[in-house]
Amino acid sequence: MASDYQTPYKGVLGWLDDRLPVINFADQHLRFYPTPKNLTYAWNFGSLAGIALVIMIVTGIVLAMHYTPHTDYAFASIQKIMRDVNYGWLLRYIHMNGASFFFIVVYIHIFRGLYYGSYKQPREVLWGLGVIILLLMMATAFMGYTLPWGQMSFWGATVITNLFSAVPVFGDEITRWLWGGFAVGNPTLQRFFSLHYLMPFMIVGAVLLHLVALHRYGSNNPTGIEPKGKQDQVPFHPYYTVKDLFGLGVFLIALSLFTFYAPNYLGHADNYIPADPLVTPAHIVPEWYFLPFYAILRAIPDKLGGVVAMFASVLVLFVLPWLDRSRVRSGKYRPIFKQFYWLLVLDVLVLGYVGAMPAGGIWVPIGRVATAYYFAYFLVILPLLGVFERPKPLPNSISDPVLKGGGQPAGAAAKPMEKA
Amino acid sequence: MKKLFAALAMAATMGLASGPAHAAEAAPIPEHTWQFEGVFGTFNRASAQRGLQVYNQVCSSCHGMKYVAFRTLSDLGYSEEQVEAIAAQYTVTDGPNEEGEMYQRPAEPTDNFPSPYDNKQAAKNANNGAYPPDLSAITNARPGGPEYLRALLIGYEDPPADANMAPGQYWNKYMPGHKIAMPQLLVDGAVSYQDGTKATAEQMAHDVTTFLHWASNPHMEERKRMGLKVILFLIVLTGLLYAVQRKIWADVKK
Amino acid sequence: MANTANTGQKDDGSSRRDFLYLATGAVGAVGVGAAVWPFVDQMNPSAAVLALATTEVDLSPISEGMGITAMWRSKPVFLRKRTQAEIEQARSVDLSALPDPQPDEARVKQPEWLVVIGICTHLGCIPLGNKQSEPRGDYGGWFCPCHGSHYDTAGRIRKGPAPTNLPVPTYEFVNDTTVKLG
Repeated sequence: MASDYQTPYKGVLGWLDDRLPVINFADQHLRFYPTPKNLTYAWNFGSLAGIALVIMIVTGIVLAMHYTPHTDYAFASIQKIMRDVNYGWLLRYIHMNGASFFFIVVYIHIFRGLYYGSYKQPREVLWGLGVIILLLMMATAFMGYTLPWGQMSFWGATVITNLFSAVPVFGDEITRWLWGGFAVGNPTLQRFFSLHYLMPFMIVGAVLLHLVALHRYGSNNPTGIEPKGKQDQVPFHPYYTVKDLFGLGVFLIALSLFTFYAPNYLGHADNYIPADPLVTPAHIVPEWYFLPFYAILRAIPDKLGGVVAMFASVLVLFVLPWLDRSRVRSGKYRPIFKQFYWLLVLDVLVLGYVGAMPAGGIWVPIGRVATAYYFAYFLVILPLLGVFERPKPLPNSISDPVLKGGGQPAGAAAKPMEKA
Repeated sequence: MKKLFAALAMAATMGLASGPAHAAEAAPIPEHTWQFEGVFGTFNRASAQRGLQVYNQVCSSCHGMKYVAFRTLSDLGYSEEQVEAIAAQYTVTDGPNEEGEMYQRPAEPTDNFPSPYDNKQAAKNANNGAYPPDLSAITNARPGGPEYLRALLIGYEDPPADANMAPGQYWNKYMPGHKIAMPQLLVDGAVSYQDGTKATAEQMAHDVTTFLHWASNPHMEERKRMGLKVILFLIVLTGLLYAVQRKIWADVKK
Repeated sequence: MANTANTGQKDDGSSRRDFLYLATGAVGAVGVGAAVWPFVDQMNPSAAVLALATTEVDLSPISEGMGITAMWRSKPVFLRKRTQAEIEQARSVDLSALPDPQPDEARVKQPEWLVVIGICTHLGCIPLGNKQSEPRGDYGGWFCPCHGSHYDTAGRIRKGPAPTNLPVPTYEFVNDTTVKLG
């Protein structure tokens, strides 16, 4: 029973913990929490994503104190922020570049999961929550980019909201409902501001669930083999708290290099031109983190088909745990899988490049081939590999260097277990 | 046979035209050195002041700078009196007064640079349907930034024979599509610099671009200074964290 | 069994280890403190607002016995050119009779010009009295219609619920016909 809980703390801490066991909770989940001892830097990106979320929320809230979500004032209010508000330029540049870095970190985090099989049983729900977080991030970023009301803000919003008219029967009504009018305009901008403020907190909720799911079975690790005992683990504090802090330092250096020395590099010059519904820019391009999806959208010649393919490219991730049936979790021991995986990485980079190019010429066939490989990886290659791939021999455990079925005597295996 | 030839010819043409904008490919933007570029870049105050003079005398009749406040000119080394004098050269609309009417008055330091036209439509009307853009953020609003702007201002040449120029259009090497509604205004001697510098077209293009890059990024110097401090600090802190990490992990065998 | 922390076996190892942790923690704390400042400072008045901290007012259109209302830092300021009678009225008052005693000389720089912030010190309404058509109250100054406070020709509270005199802002005469508020 809950009332059986005896707080282990003394004094004021004990008084508080007895009534609200947060301190005990923090100790269990952040301090003593057993974590595989062999995690590489590839495992830093989850905590970095969490910190990026906090940075975006904090800078976003202070920016919202100065921003005006009306088509007549939005662009001017951001100029005011850049010129007059104390440190306004800094807060805005952090928010702008922070968004890019949030996506960089999350994409690396996802690709780590793809390589090491972190999506496999029993982490299917953890993975699915991650996909939900990605979808919420994409919606938030799309609406946020509209807010400066520059040329790209307006025309990007027009192109993407027009996609919904592809929905059969109700398409036009849905689009008009989204717009609040007959085109992207002030009603659209105002509601996008409201939702842009809201959605990060939905992301926070999803992240909390993501962490609950994570702590049910604990982190995956590079071997893909679950820890077999205390010899395979270290407490989260101080080992991973300090490693995550170091990773944070590197992250902040990278973010600072862009924020202070190339603040507009990842953006588009056209967004410094106030929105003009009568002038279409020569090349409408989304922000870089949407480029692969944009390429997939344009690869299908049919309007509805393109929309379906674009959403499918994210939604396919939900069913990944059931597509990849290999009994071996980590790509480290799957030599054929490795090659297809790195091809996927290359493929996504190619899709990104194609998304930035004008729609025509040689980019059309390249985009189609890349789109085909993307879906083939998940829907064809992984299921087949699960059946036909012969994996490398697995070790016995995280600590045990002896391979399963290897020729080493049992005595030799015992040595690493004895520690001072 | 004819059909095949026609199909091949079409395929070849389509293959060569790899995108709509490439029909009139703008020339690559020439390199240029600025005092404001790089980690330690600063705005050359003398050049920026000359640039303001160019803006004042050449550009301001068509281009506004509505997000730039006159008081910010003190960043460029002007005294309070000089800023008041510069502002007073411009007229702004104020009001309503006691009679309920809007009225014109000389600008004050707290005002922003005005737009020469009441609205975008009036601006287009007065300029052959082309809107002279507001210059407050112009070097941020064009790919290529200051290099592009400087090259554009002196990048005019005679149009090729088949160019099909409409009246009020001019041929510019660097303008995407090559056709621009603004004539070449920066010609040698267009302005007589107060500091005595020779006002060649190149000099004026360089100076006005310096000024406009300041107008677009007034906090650039502070940003770069702060960036240096922040990044050096982070390098120290990250280094310390790495040492702590090595220490804590020293006894763990993988 | 994995250690929970490095036990620093060497003789001066523990002190070296502690110093490293201390130094790192201190540097980190400094960083966090410095990082917080922009978030706090952005709520301070922006450059544009501070630029409007001073306003110049032209006094030449104001004739004797007349007053105008100017806006300064988003607040109304009454500037009145007092008649000789009004000045004498203000100076002949027994200070002990005032709810908020203050001599007239302490409230003006030039006796004919009274500059006060036009917000009633009771609950913030704007008193009447600047326009010719408005009532000036029983003491010739201003009358606040909200709860009946009466101010005299020096802007001092005489009757009614207001606790203190109309505040005098910082100002200076740029020349005979221009005053700079703030």
